[in-house]
Amino acid sequence: MIQEKLHEEIHNYPTAKLSVEHVCKDFITNNGSVVRALDDVSLTINEGEFVCFVGPSGCGKSTLLNIIAGLEKPDSGMALIDGTPITGPGRDRMMMFQEHALFPWLDVIGNVMFGLKQKPNLNDKERLEVAKYYLYLVKMDRFAHANIHELSGGMRQRVALARSLAPNPKILLMDEPFSALDAMTRERLYGDIQDVWEKRRKTIIFVTHNVREAVCLGSRVILFSPHPGRVREKFTVNLPRPRNINNHDLADLSQEITSALKGYTAAESD
Amino acid sequence: MKRVLITIIFFLLLILVWAALTGDLAFMGIDIALWSPYVLPPPSTVGQYLWDNTLNGKIPLSMLITLRRLLIGYAIGLIIGVPLGMLAARFRSVNDTLGMLALGLQALPSVCWVPLACIWFGQTEAALLFVVIMGTLWSVLLSTQNGMKNVPPIYARAARTMGSTPLHTLVFVTLPASAPFVVSGMKQGWAFAWRSLMAAEIYVSVVSGFGIGQYLHYGRELQRMYQVIGVMFIIILVGLLADKILFSPVESWLHRRWGTGKE
Repeated sequence: MIQEKLHEEIHNYPTAKLSVEHVCKDFITNNGSVVRALDDVSLTINEGEFVCFVGPSGCGKSTLLNIIAGLEKPDSGMALIDGTPITGPGRDRMMMFQEHALFPWLDVIGNVMFGLKQKPNLNDKERLEVAKYYLYLVKMDRFAHANIHELSGGMRQRVALARSLAPNPKILLMDEPFSALDAMTRERLYGDIQDVWEKRRKTIIFVTHNVREAVCLGSRVILFSPHPGRVREKFTVNLPRPRNINNHDLADLSQEITSALKGYTAAESD
Repeated sequence: MKRVLITIIFFLLLILVWAALTGDLAFMGIDIALWSPYVLPPPSTVGQYLWDNTLNGKIPLSMLITLRRLLIGYAIGLIIGVPLGMLAARFRSVNDTLGMLALGLQALPSVCWVPLACIWFGQTEAALLFVVIMGTLWSVLLSTQNGMKNVPPIYARAARTMGSTPLHTLVFVTLPASAPFVVSGMKQGWAFAWRSLMAAEIYVSVVSGFGIGQYLHYGRELQRMYQVIGVMFIIILVGLLADKILFSPVESWLHRRWGTGKE
């Protein structure tokens, strides 16, 4: 039965445990000097956890995300999914970028279908149904046949989210996906992404330089410091969901994390 | 609608001026006739030539012969040019060798190939095709290369994270992403092919069929300027039609999807 297969495809929430062990990564700058982007970074992220990486630019948070995505390789150490080392990109990890990276030659549903087409166990009709379900999940089902350039920035990121969710990855990687949006749109998307996480319980790693955003979204906030990129501190956020970014407790906690961040960036510049 | 009207009035005025200066409006008392009809024939003579030769089938046949040469030469130019352009975009060594050759030869007007083409192939269809291909190939190659290079790398990265293999990425991401550039390159290639073929037909007489360009050539030989001007009109017409039929639909689809510049 198609229905059963679809039900299984949509209502099965695979998730994974991720571990990063002693990862180092160097970059060579244009003038030939070596910059240590990641210095002996180790951490564990549990199944279904929503973790935010926060830090100033140059702290290696995006580099670590790219290593987990398999787009870059560490110089030493490794990243593992459920105990298996990551050697390249894979369908179990989907990535969302700061730019929406949607394909302008496809319409909205065509974009969501792109990742699904790489899944061999479905036929085209089932793929279409799955794509429609995820567009509905991000409230974009009315725009299935719109062209990308006709959408607003927030709508584009919603479609990008649906495109990342549709192949049902175990882990969702998000690299500052909301930083190019205006404040109003961003606040709506904070609600939407928490809603999606409640429903789908993916392991999510969310990279941002905005502490408030990290506290609003993450169950855990991992603070990075730059030059060399290291994990500095880990905070657990126990505030009830859905969280509002303007909530007082949330503001207090982000204040605390911000002063920790300021403390060691100031110490290093002395 | 108003803009169309303005365009039509403009062209009617042009023809009216031409008619007035060549004595066609003598019946209205405007009898200037600045030049002898051997130098500048009146529109009526040109119209008569076009009408007669369309009815007796000479013009349609020559258009058919010319279009066949054009399509074959253009298709060969595309089949060779597009893949070479992709290779030049992908591999630096191809860019430094073939890319440089293309850059150099693109600067050479294709009519310069006519003497060599006649020696190598004789007065045959092959000589004509060779000139057309030389006119098309290099510009198609360069614009394909340019198009592929302009594809934002984020598309390929996004595709890779979705499990797309390098070959799949090339076919389903890089190629469609470069489509706007490649299509405008194909259009430019078409314009070059058309110019090359006209030059070749004027310079190379072949027995395998009289194309439009050859009618223009014989118009010159026989001092029949009305024939020359009539053929020039046909050349313009074919060029415009090809643009509207072949490229306009594709371009307007691209503009709609991409949301790029529309007037």
